[in-house]
Amino acid sequence: MAKYEPVLLKRISKDNSDHIDSYISDGGYLGLKKAIKDMSPAQVIDLVKASGLRGRGGAGFPTGLKWTFLPKDHPGPIYLCINADESEPCTFNNRVLMEKDPHQVLEGIILTSYAVGASKTFIYVRYEYGDAYRAMERAVKQAYDKGLLGKNIQGSSFCLEAVMHKGAAAYICGEETGLIESLEGKRAWPRIKPPFPAIEGAFRKPTIVNNIETVACVKQIIDLGADWFKSIGVPPDPANPRDAGSYGPKLYCISGHVNRPGLVELPMGISVRELISEHGGGVWKNRKAKGVIPGGNSMGFMTEAELDTKLDFNGPGKVGCLGLGTGAVTVFDDHTSIVDVLYNICRFFAHESCGQCTPCREGTAWMFKIIDRIRKGHGRIEDLNILEEVGNQIGTMPGTTICGLADGAGWPVKNAIRKYRSEFESYIKNGDKKVRTLNLQMSHH
Amino acid sequence: MATVYINDKAVDIGDKKLNLVQAAELAGVTIPHYCYHPALSVVASCRMCLVEVGEKKPDGTVVMQPRVIPACQTPAKDNTVIQTATAKSKSAQAQTLESILLNHPLDCPVCDKAGECKLQDYSYNYGNSESRMVDDKNTPPNKPDLGNNISLFTDRCIMCSRCVRFTREISGTAELHVINRGSHAEIDIFPTEPLNNKLASNVVDLCPVGALASKDFLYTHRVWNLKTQDSVCAGCSTGCSIHLDTNKNVVYRLRPRENPNAQGYFMCDDGRLGYHYVNSSNRISKPNLKLDSGADISSWKDIMLSLRSELKAVASKNASGVAAMLSPFLTVEEGFLLATFIKSISPKAKLVLGPVPVVGEDDHYPKTRGSVPVNVKFTIRNEKCPNKKGIEEVIKHFEGEVVLVSDYLNKNSPDALFIAAGYQGEEVSWFDNNLLSQFKKIKLLITQDLFPSALTDASKYVIPSAAFSEKEGTFVNFAGLAQELHWACVPLKQVRTDGQVYLDLLERKGLLQAANIRDEISKSIPYFSRLAGGKLGSDGIHLVNLA
Repeated sequence: MAKYEPVLLKRISKDNSDHIDSYISDGGYLGLKKAIKDMSPAQVIDLVKASGLRGRGGAGFPTGLKWTFLPKDHPGPIYLCINADESEPCTFNNRVLMEKDPHQVLEGIILTSYAVGASKTFIYVRYEYGDAYRAMERAVKQAYDKGLLGKNIQGSSFCLEAVMHKGAAAYICGEETGLIESLEGKRAWPRIKPPFPAIEGAFRKPTIVNNIETVACVKQIIDLGADWFKSIGVPPDPANPRDAGSYGPKLYCISGHVNRPGLVELPMGISVRELISEHGGGVWKNRKAKGVIPGGNSMGFMTEAELDTKLDFNGPGKVGCLGLGTGAVTVFDDHTSIVDVLYNICRFFAHESCGQCTPCREGTAWMFKIIDRIRKGHGRIEDLNILEEVGNQIGTMPGTTICGLADGAGWPVKNAIRKYRSEFESYIKNGDKKVRTLNLQMSHH
Repeated sequence: MATVYINDKAVDIGDKKLNLVQAAELAGVTIPHYCYHPALSVVASCRMCLVEVGEKKPDGTVVMQPRVIPACQTPAKDNTVIQTATAKSKSAQAQTLESILLNHPLDCPVCDKAGECKLQDYSYNYGNSESRMVDDKNTPPNKPDLGNNISLFTDRCIMCSRCVRFTREISGTAELHVINRGSHAEIDIFPTEPLNNKLASNVVDLCPVGALASKDFLYTHRVWNLKTQDSVCAGCSTGCSIHLDTNKNVVYRLRPRENPNAQGYFMCDDGRLGYHYVNSSNRISKPNLKLDSGADISSWKDIMLSLRSELKAVASKNASGVAAMLSPFLTVEEGFLLATFIKSISPKAKLVLGPVPVVGEDDHYPKTRGSVPVNVKFTIRNEKCPNKKGIEEVIKHFEGEVVLVSDYLNKNSPDALFIAAGYQGEEVSWFDNNLLSQFKKIKLLITQDLFPSALTDASKYVIPSAAFSEKEGTFVNFAGLAQELHWACVPLKQVRTDGQVYLDLLERKGLLQAANIRDEISKSIPYFSRLAGGKLGSDGIHLVNLA
């Protein structure tokens, strides 16, 4: 296969890649000007629909279809919220895009606003992303100065105001209705649906929430066309009638026990094994991988034997993972205790559960208490059954919670118990000796 | 017309907009719930009301949704199918209860809510008998000073957020909020902003568990020893429907009783906590007649005989020399019986209205910042008496017009005045010095009241009144809604209810039966014609058509 030339990341290693002049000299904003001049918003939506673009935030919902859920002929205002609360652990693709090529993102935002008829866009950046926030803020100001934001953009009747918003560091603000609540100045408790945000979102107005990488893809689709986008990636799996295909480039974050962690842009559908060996430099210290988290903590685990799984929207599900997630691949080697891995993950979700729905609030904390006890050498074999049961019970899929945080909290737990049960059992049975050895190993890292 | 199928039973819900909890209620099926409350917005967060939901297709087949659904959040539509008793629904509910109980202290033996706790009830009906958690529970510190009247037992809280929504949506004062995240989430106030609004104690009733406790009731009584009687708050002319919780003739607690005709779901703290005078040891406990010789008589029989003959003697000298003051705290029946008695002494005797206590302005809720007009959900009225409307109508029937006692005494000097006061409350006197000096000019003063005062000292006859908890009768609120009081306590040994005294004075035999008197009133006073038959039901009857 010929080497893939990055598109989304094409400009990131240039000097001053975040400045508008540099961006414009590279042909930036031409697509936007062309679209405003020559295309109706409906044509933009149709183009994005035709490209098969699916949201890059994790759930993979078709972007063009999401846009059509807005009420027809709404008198406005309609809002576009940009979800840059990139809080899935080990995920940093949005950060790189915002820091290194904020105008690519902003052009995508303006194009998306044009398509959905939004008069105001809120760019919600997580608290921890200081550099990204400032880069986006500068980009917004530069765009205003050049007449690319504000009233009557490029002499058209299209007006757009961009508002930067900094979150206060909570995982739940990445959930779209949690984000909207937080944006409104409230506690980020996800809303019950219906109404969906497209009908009643921020400030009770129709609202579209899109991810940074998604809008960057929108910009590339306008420039390079739907056919280009669709020529990359994987068509729908005929065995899965619900799969809409995984087209276009994807930013994969590689982290954990690899020789070369980092961000790479590749066509959708690369296998995990290839990603690790070709692009991550292989597992470190000449070890073997014990497992991989394919797309952020909430997606579950792949074992070594499952690493030929393709990283597209359909692939991870085939080996029992929740999905592609954010495409953030975290590798842990065969010296790592799965108990420690799960301990960390459970601690994360117990800490980040917003506390609204009972099953998630109590379930995540209970799972953490159990795994904490197991790790300290006081586990019981029946604890594994409880963990698996609770992991299965919580989430929107069984219907017991409002948002998907609980699905993501339960998934790694049930995956881990199912795929690594023997290790948990021996850890529990061998008790203190094993715990001491592991603690010793950990202190050597 | 919409038909909903609950556990295979078809129920016609008409064109009412109901959620599945309400629709199931119509079918007599309880779907357990914590966070849902009909007066508050729906958050669907407790996940106690999870049920299986489906749809009956035109061809009769039923398609069930694969996941369980919160009933409170789901509107009941034509052909909705609800299954509450299937293994899936039951297991979802049991799972939620297991989760809720993980960090609950299970300190029922020392918890005020025990006996009326939804956590106990649901655990018994829907839960597991054992907890599988062997780890330590969270032990957040209690917050005994959440408000002047409210204490928070933080560890008992199940985070239903009803209290938070109440302060935001009903009182509009927004003192309460949630702090922290996940299983460390707690209800809290902002520093220096305690939960002290006038509707605050409603959060205690709203709390489905024992987290929010009323300091007034805390540790005073186990609820299973209480006897509950339907009644009406006598605090203001809103006339909130209440539950009166008593034991052995002591009032322990007032709670709002849901009544869409009256106040809705709630009551104010002034009314709720303003009952203590009922249990006071200072109350007038026996009738008294001061003879000219200085001796006292306290036999009901002698006093009744003497009172009747003295009044007759006054009337025989001066037909318009007898008057009676009817306080707006009397029930309609009492007012009617006293008026009938006074008119039987002399048809020219005068009936006047007692002072009507008014404090400030009507107090509307929710409160808002700024001047944005709001949808009023609760009003504490400035007219601090329960039955002005009813007594006015009685007086109007006999006199044609309503004259206040002070206005009457400014222009007239009767020889005898029967003061049927019965003003509730111990702290504030219902008369001022002006009125007292006018009273004192009258030769024959008969005072019927709850507490001794300068007026009872000056009266020849002193007759004890019964408190609102000790009698039955009718109050008519500001809007013309007639509601029924039921006796919940027996008055002190030597106290007769006001109505009984008038019945005795009229020489009518037997004990007072409010329903019979109501029926009698409905026939003689047109305003009260809707009381015919004497039965008011628990929601009361509007005496006039609402605008």
